[in-house]
Amino acid sequence: MAPLLEVRDLRVEFPTRRGILTALDGVSFSIAPGEVLGVVGESGAGKSMTGAAIIGLLEPPGRIAGGQILLNGKRIDNLRYDQMRRIRGREIGAIFQDPLTTLNPLYTVGEQLVETIRTHLGLDGAEARKRAIGWLEMVGIPAAAQRVDSYPHEFSGGMRQRVVIALALCAEPKLIVADEPTTALDVSIQAQVIALLKGLARDKGTSMMLVTHDMGVIAETADRVAVMYAGRIAEIGPVREVVKHPKHPYSAGLMASIPPLDRKVEHLAQIDGAMPRLSAIPRGCAFNPRCPEVFARCLVERPALLATGATEAACWLYDAASEKHAPEAMRHG
Amino acid sequence: MLAFIISRILQALPVMAVVALISFAMFAYVGDPVAIMLGQDFTEQQRQALVASLGLDQPFFVQFGKFIWNALHGEFGLSYRLSRPVAELIEERAPATLELAFCAALVSLCIGVPMGVYTGLYRNSWLSRFFLTFSLIGVSLPTFLIGILLILVFSVWLGWLPSFGRGDTVQLGWWSTGLLTVSGLKALVLPSVTLGMFQLTLIMRLVRAEMLEVLRTDYIKFARARGLANRAINFGHALKNTLVPVITVAGLQLGGIIAFAIVTETVFQWPGMGLLFIQSVNSADIPVMAAYLMLIALVFVTINLVVDLLYYAVDPRLRVGGAKRGH
Amino acid sequence: MAAIARMIDSDLFWSFRRSPVTVISAVVALICVLGAVLAPLLAPHNPFDVATLNLIDAFKPPAWAAEGDAAYPLGSDDQGRDVLSAIMYGARVSLLVGFCAVLFSMVVGVSVGLLAGYAGGAVDGLLMRIADIQLTFPNILIALLVDGIARAALPSDVHDRVALFVVIFAIGISAWPQFARTVRGSTLVERNKEYVLAARVIGISQLRIMLTHVLPNVLGPVLVIATLGLSNAIISEATLSYLGAGVPQTQPSLGTLIRIGNDFLFSGEWWIAIFPGIALIAMVLSVNLLGDWLRDALNPRLR
Repeated sequence: MAPLLEVRDLRVEFPTRRGILTALDGVSFSIAPGEVLGVVGESGAGKSMTGAAIIGLLEPPGRIAGGQILLNGKRIDNLRYDQMRRIRGREIGAIFQDPLTTLNPLYTVGEQLVETIRTHLGLDGAEARKRAIGWLEMVGIPAAAQRVDSYPHEFSGGMRQRVVIALALCAEPKLIVADEPTTALDVSIQAQVIALLKGLARDKGTSMMLVTHDMGVIAETADRVAVMYAGRIAEIGPVREVVKHPKHPYSAGLMASIPPLDRKVEHLAQIDGAMPRLSAIPRGCAFNPRCPEVFARCLVERPALLATGATEAACWLYDAASEKHAPEAMRHG
Repeated sequence: MLAFIISRILQALPVMAVVALISFAMFAYVGDPVAIMLGQDFTEQQRQALVASLGLDQPFFVQFGKFIWNALHGEFGLSYRLSRPVAELIEERAPATLELAFCAALVSLCIGVPMGVYTGLYRNSWLSRFFLTFSLIGVSLPTFLIGILLILVFSVWLGWLPSFGRGDTVQLGWWSTGLLTVSGLKALVLPSVTLGMFQLTLIMRLVRAEMLEVLRTDYIKFARARGLANRAINFGHALKNTLVPVITVAGLQLGGIIAFAIVTETVFQWPGMGLLFIQSVNSADIPVMAAYLMLIALVFVTINLVVDLLYYAVDPRLRVGGAKRGH
Repeated sequence: MAAIARMIDSDLFWSFRRSPVTVISAVVALICVLGAVLAPLLAPHNPFDVATLNLIDAFKPPAWAAEGDAAYPLGSDDQGRDVLSAIMYGARVSLLVGFCAVLFSMVVGVSVGLLAGYAGGAVDGLLMRIADIQLTFPNILIALLVDGIARAALPSDVHDRVALFVVIFAIGISAWPQFARTVRGSTLVERNKEYVLAARVIGISQLRIMLTHVLPNVLGPVLVIATLGLSNAIISEATLSYLGAGVPQTQPSLGTLIRIGNDFLFSGEWWIAIFPGIALIAMVLSVNLLGDWLRDALNPRLR
C-alpha cells in the first residue's frame, strides 16, 4: 500500500548566535494508512520536533533546511502558510502534551469544537453543534449535551485531554500527530486515554504518529516504532521485533532499562553518559561515546539505516563491510 | 455576583479609610490653619472662637469622626486661599477635568490598543519598529514637554488650535460642557492628545507584550494545529486572552489620567480640578489638597471596582468560584 | 560578587555590542552626565554670576540664526544668560536630584522588600498593603502632596533651604513600592530554597543569609528598576519644577528653565524653552533605552 505520510531525509536547523544547530538530521520514515507509528527517545532526541515539522508548526527560528515531507504523495513541507492551514486539522490532526494549557480558557469546549468543524467542513452552526456533541460523546464525556457549554476549567485533566482528542479528530483527518498525549495525566487515567485514542484511530481508519518516551504505551499501541537519538533515527521496525530483539546498541540499552514485570531484578541496566547537546554531536555515529560496541569506523563515518532482519538500524554492526564484532556480544542486560 | 461586588467594596474601604486619615492629618496638623485664616490682626477671643468653631479643641477621634461625617456630606471646609467652600470650587471645576480625561482616555484606547495589536502580530515589520520607537519617545517625553511642543507647533507656528482655556462652554444644569461648541472642541484637541499620549504609549506597549505572551501559549499553537484561520486566531483567541490583563492595567492607567491632568491643565491653563490643586499646593491651601486627595482616591477605588467587574465579565474562570482568581 | 561576575558575563556584552541603539544611548547618556558634572569647567558662561550678565545680551537667538551671536551658541534668555550654560548647570541639578531620589527609593524599597519577604506573615501583609495603596496613586501626585505638605509645614525660609532635599524625598518616597515588590518576590522564592534552609540549620544569622544569598539574586531586576526609575525620577523632578513645586528658583533645573522659557513661547523666543526640553529628552530617552536593553538582556525569555 502506498504510504499516507512519507518523510524523506528531513533536516531541521536552528540558527543561533553560536552557529547553526541541527535538531533533526536525515530523518526518514513512512506511515501507512491506518498504521500507528510510535516514536521514542530521550527528551531532546527530536521526537516532538519531527511532529512539529510535519504539521508545519516549527517554533521560529527553527526551519526545515532539507528533505521532504509528503502526504498522499504530495509535498507539504514547502506549502505557503495558508495552504498548510487547510491541511492542519483537516488532513493532519494534532494532540499536545498538556491538556491544561491546550484549550483556550475563555471559550466553552463547544465553541472551540464548533469553530474547528465549521472551519473545515463548512457546516452551519446548528449542524456543527450537533456534531460537536456527538464528538464529546464519542470521546466519553458524560452528559455531553450539557457539558458542551462548559468552560475548560470545569473539566478534570483527563476529561480535558478527551476534549483535545475530540478537537483533533472532529474534522476527520487521515493522520494524527499525538505528542506525548498522556505524559501530563495521572497514571490511572493514562491507560484510558490511550485506549480511547487507539480505539478511535482503529474505528476511523486514522493513521497515527504517537510520540512518547513511555515504552509501555508504544508496546501496547503502536504497529511499528522508531527509536530516535540526537536528532536521528537509530532504529525503526515492527514494535515486537524492536522490543524483543533490538538491533541498535542504543535501542538495546533503552529496552534493557525497562523494568520487567514478570521477575525481580537486582538493578536495572542503564546507559552510561548522557545524550550529547545539539551543539556537540560527535563525528561519525552520534551514539559512539556511549556505545558498548564502538569500533573505529563508528568514530569517523556516520551510519545510514541498514536493513537487518525485520528492522532497520543505523549501526555499522550490520554492515558487511565493517570489521564486525560478533553481534551476540551486545546481548547484555 | 453580588457577593463578588460586596467583597470588592469591602476591600476598598480600608484604602479609603487610610486616605481619609492622611487627609485629616494634613487638614488638622499641617501648618496652622487658625493663623492662616485669621491673618495679621486678631484678639485672643477671636482666636479661641475660631478654634472652637473649627472644633480644633476636641479630641482626635471626635475631630476625625466629624471630618469623615462632613466629607460624606461633601463638606471640606473653606479654602484658605479663596475663602470659598472647597466643595463648591471642586463642583465648578470637575466638568472641565472629567471631559478632558474622557477625551484623553478615548484617544489613548482607540489608538493604543490597535497599535499594540499590530506591533504584537507583526513584530518585525518596519511599521511596528516605527510604532515602538514612537512609543519609547512617548514614554520618555514628560507630559508638560509634549504640551509645550504641541503648543509651539499648532498654536504658535501654525495658529490652528488654541493654546489655553476651554473655549466657549454651554451650561447644562450645573455641568458646563465644551463638547457642544466648535471653539470648545477645538480647545479640547491639544490637551486631550497631550494627556492621552503617555497612556497611549503605555497601553500600546502593554497590549504588545501581552499579545506576544499569548501568541506563545499552547492553546494558540493548538488553534493553529487545528487549522483555524489567522483572523480567528489573532482576534478571536489571542486578543480576547490579551484583554484580561490589559483591562486591569489600562483601567488603572485611565485612573491615572485624572491625576496626570494636573500637569496638562497647568500647561494649557485648563480651568479644572488639577489646576485648582496645583494652585493649592503652591499656596499651601490644605483643605483643597485634602479634598482633592479624597476625591482622587474615590475615583481610583471606583475604577478598580469597574475593572474587577469587567474582568469578571471577560474571564469565565472567575464566575464559577465566586470571587476566586484564576491562573 | 557572584552577581557582578554574572552580569559582566559575555552574553551581556555581546548583546550590548550587537545593539547600535544601545551603544548610541550609552554615549549620549555619558555626554549628558559629563556635561552636567563638569559644567563649571566646560560651560562657556557662569549663568549665576550676576556680574557677567548684561541685559543687552538678552533674547539672543541661537548662533546659526541671522541675529545670533557665537558667544551664545543656543541663544540667551530674558536676563541675558547663555542658554547652553544654563542647560549644563540645570542638568547638574536634574541628575543630582534623579540619582539621589532613586538611591533613596532603592534603599527604602530593597530593605522593605527583604524584610517583608523574609519576615512573612503580618509584617509582610502590612508592608505590601501599604505598597499596594501607594501604587494606586501616580508618583507625581504623591510627590506633589509631599511637597505641598512640606511647604505648609515649614516656614518659608527654612523651606527654601531644604527644598532640594524635600524634592529628593518626595520623588524617592513615591517610587519605593516597585523595588519592594520585586525584592519581596525574589526573597520569597529564595527563602524556601534548600541552601537557605541549610544555612539556617547550621546557624547562620538571618540577616547574613539575606545579605549573602538573597541580595545577589535580586540585583539584576533591581538594577533594571533603578535605571528605568532614574528616567522617571528625572521626569518627575522636571515636572515638579515646571509646576513651580520643585527645586528652588536659585538652583534652576531643566524643568525650571522650561518653565521660565514657557512664558516667551508666544513672543517668538522659542529657544529658551525648547533647548532645555531637548536636553531633557536626550537624557531621559538615553537612560530609558539603556534600561530597556538591560531588562531584555537580563531576561532572555523576552528576546
